[in-house]
Amino acid sequence: MTMTLETPALERPETRDRSASNRRWQRFARPALGVVLPLTLALAWELAVWSGWSNGRLVPPPSRVFATIMELARSGELWRHITTTLSRVAAGFGLGVVTGTLLGAISGYWGIARRLLDPTVQALRAIPSIAWVPLFILWLGIFETSKVALIAVGVFFPVYLGVMGAILSVDRKIVEVGRTFRLSGPAMIRRILLPAVLPAYVVALRVGLGLGWMFVVAAEFMGASEGLGYLLIDGQQLGKPAQILAAITIFALLGKTTDWLIELITTPLLRWQDAFRPGGET
Amino acid sequence: MLALDKVGKIYPNGVHALERFSATIPQGEIVAIIGGSGCGKSTLLRAVAGLDRASTGSIRIDNIDISAPHEKIGIIFQEPRLLPWLSVADNIGFGLSELPAAARREKVAQALARVGLSDKAKAWPRELSGGQAQRVAIARALVPQPEVLLLDEPFSALDAFTRRDLQDHLLDLWADTRPTLILVTHDVDEALVLADRVLVMRPRPGRLFAEIDVGLARPRDRASPLFDAVKRRVLTALDRSLDRDVPDSAPAETVGAWW
Repeated sequence: MTMTLETPALERPETRDRSASNRRWQRFARPALGVVLPLTLALAWELAVWSGWSNGRLVPPPSRVFATIMELARSGELWRHITTTLSRVAAGFGLGVVTGTLLGAISGYWGIARRLLDPTVQALRAIPSIAWVPLFILWLGIFETSKVALIAVGVFFPVYLGVMGAILSVDRKIVEVGRTFRLSGPAMIRRILLPAVLPAYVVALRVGLGLGWMFVVAAEFMGASEGLGYLLIDGQQLGKPAQILAAITIFALLGKTTDWLIELITTPLLRWQDAFRPGGET
Repeated sequence: MLALDKVGKIYPNGVHALERFSATIPQGEIVAIIGGSGCGKSTLLRAVAGLDRASTGSIRIDNIDISAPHEKIGIIFQEPRLLPWLSVADNIGFGLSELPAAARREKVAQALARVGLSDKAKAWPRELSGGQAQRVAIARALVPQPEVLLLDEPFSALDAFTRRDLQDHLLDLWADTRPTLILVTHDVDEALVLADRVLVMRPRPGRLFAEIDVGLARPRDRASPLFDAVKRRVLTALDRSLDRDVPDSAPAETVGAWW
């Protein structure tokens, strides 16, 4: 069994010949391996509090955090907070991805547009995004619009940079193949540029999503009456560390799940990649 | 017929890569272009392919001016340049997108069988060996049935065995539709195995230096004395094109031998 964990990347083709039971074991063992570290830490802390090493007042043990989550869930409050935050992230991420992809593609594809547009975008990128908060509140009010705008700003830049950089680094030799087959502009984009750009685009989306989750907290700090960020602030002001940790745990779960969704959707599209996968495919 | 008339190329950085290159190549002929580095072989080929524009002169195929890639011209590069996101079959069918799907599938299947890779139809390019990948590239270039096929050192990255195999294979495929082949190479043996005519170029600026008719019967025997004789002629011309001393040429021609 140890060899399944140690499969060197070079022996990849062999995995196909392995027995079915072995493969089934791998399918559960690989993800399970990722849970070992957080579970061990949680268990250790639980034991430390239980044995009286710490009183667990400022850092409540996992059992109390879990109890808080269950309590919030029972009252229905939790779903309200989660859906609010999720919809903010979704709206901001969508907006940021659409604008970032469009402008990034324009800058990458047309030299003139790049010279015209890119310096300004890069200058804007240099501004810490939180610095926009006061302005957004003045312009867009304290409700949803300003929050979504802030998240969109955070998502925009990595997506813009990723798309532009990916287009600029498409292999000239591959583009020449398209030229020898006399592809028109749109056909060149569809048949050569889009697939060539896709791997980098997926990375840009994942980075953008990460920043989206970061900025939703910033947005909810600036005055919200619901959302997971509100739970954090509320927990701080009322001295409820378990509630803060509960919100943090849910952030971790949601962030990981949404990131995994992107991975899940795009993996079939990137099966062709000749990538270095140390330790075998996952 | 492919007619090159005083083709010249000066790159924007001032490099004079090619000067007044003229040649007439009848349909179905196999021409090898050989010469030292910097003699403008690749420049010439890229101009014929329509990938770069010649600065002067004209390139005409059946009296059509070539200034951009043309459907009658196919090219095979030094690297296979397969599209990594397409299966082997889709790579071969890349130039057939105008055909209905059924006709395209049939042509691709034929081509796959012809290059002996039917079992790799669904494989990704990353799963092929270098020789297999280059065979796919050859199939991809030949499937649209070009009248002129350009080859830019197509086998130089392969080992000697695979290279011989692919040379034979190329001749075999050529016999199907007999397109004009223009082959740029460093390898004199390769030029003589494949070509009807060898054009030797000289560098700085790239110019046509000598033209040698091979005139050997096919299939060619690399070990025959006739093959050797032609090979010596090509090697002599190559040495002269690079202004090197030519020790084994006729004494009367050797510089300083008059005393």
